[in-house]
Amino acid sequence: MALAIGIILGCCALGAGIAMIAGIGPGIGEGNAVASACEAIGRQPESKGAVTTTMIMGCAIAETTGLYALVVAILLIFVAPNTFIPLLAKYVPVA
Amino acid sequence: MNKNNKKSVGFILLDIFYITMAILPLGVGILLKLISTPPSDGGVTISGARVFWHIDISSSNFLDIFITEAQINSVLVIITILFVCLFLTHGLKQKIWLKRQHLAEIIIEKVDSMVADNMGEPFKAFPPFIIAIMALSAFSSLITLLGLFPPTSDINIVGGWAILVFIIITYYKMKCGLGYYIGGFMKPVFILAPINAIGEFATPVSMAFRHYGNVMSGAVISVLVSYFLGQFSTLLFGDGAISVFQVGLPAILSLYFDIFSGCLQAFIFAMLTMLNISTAFDADEYERRKKKKLEKKPKR
Repeated sequence: MALAIGIILGCCALGAGIAMIAGIGPGIGEGNAVASACEAIGRQPESKGAVTTTMIMGCAIAETTGLYALVVAILLIFVAPNTFIPLLAKYVPVA
Repeated sequence: MNKNNKKSVGFILLDIFYITMAILPLGVGILLKLISTPPSDGGVTISGARVFWHIDISSSNFLDIFITEAQINSVLVIITILFVCLFLTHGLKQKIWLKRQHLAEIIIEKVDSMVADNMGEPFKAFPPFIIAIMALSAFSSLITLLGLFPPTSDINIVGGWAILVFIIITYYKMKCGLGYYIGGFMKPVFILAPINAIGEFATPVSMAFRHYGNVMSGAVISVLVSYFLGQFSTLLFGDGAISVFQVGLPAILSLYFDIFSGCLQAFIFAMLTMLNISTAFDADEYERRKKKKLEKKPKR
């Protein structure tokens, strides 16, 4: 039983860590967005306000996938063990 | 200075009443937090909203009613915003004689121009809704500065707002007729209908997750960093020493995560609301149908 609980906890932590690999994508994407915005402002300094607003919107949307991963990771760390361990105790006969 | 510019006693008393009523809910929130917090053992705790009241309806947990800290805090925030608004609009006159009228006018004009820029002509009535969402979201995130649980870091509260926005989006999509709405799923090919339906539901989910994830991750990172710094100073100076490393860095993180990120998320949520609603409404099609209907009607 202790071994099974340990495996569940370890796999939850591993899964959370693997899920956060999705953080790479938004990082690259937002970096590209900000780089382009800097270029645009350098070319046309008078359009700074509009470019900044659009960039922040774009960054927020690009961030979404990363945040999905974050929510999955948080669920895995804080919610999943509390859900799975009672299930284990309920359905697996104690050897 | 003529005598019109002098505040009467009743006016000042009403002002004081509004200010007290705006501050009182926050005090009540802090009091509730103090009463309900169990004594901590000094460790790091990251928890969701505390459940104050649990009404048992059925045997399953699904239908039960939970009254949580997040709901109560969000109601307190709503009361605060109501009285702040009453205070700002108290004593409005065409000839401006109070400083607060300038602030109120700036806010209204900014939001009006923002809605006009982003949504266009058919949505002239939307600024009150947008500013309500924005103020609610911003104040709910900023409530962390008082040490209260921010309602926006609970998925249920933000999910409720997202569902409200989703209902409005669907209403505007159906304005051109139910057939047109269902036909919209069949574009460009009818095989894609299931995927389009999933995309339809992804809008509120992504809006809710974006807001919730940002506020929640800020809170988690702040707690982890301050815990780590505390451990670090314990390691260097032994147990019971004043944790000098905890001074400074958490404050800067809080400046970013609580103030900047909170206001930014409020802005983004309102902006996405505006964009989603305005793209949902097909104005040309609506005009065309209206014209057709008018032509069909027998002239009297």
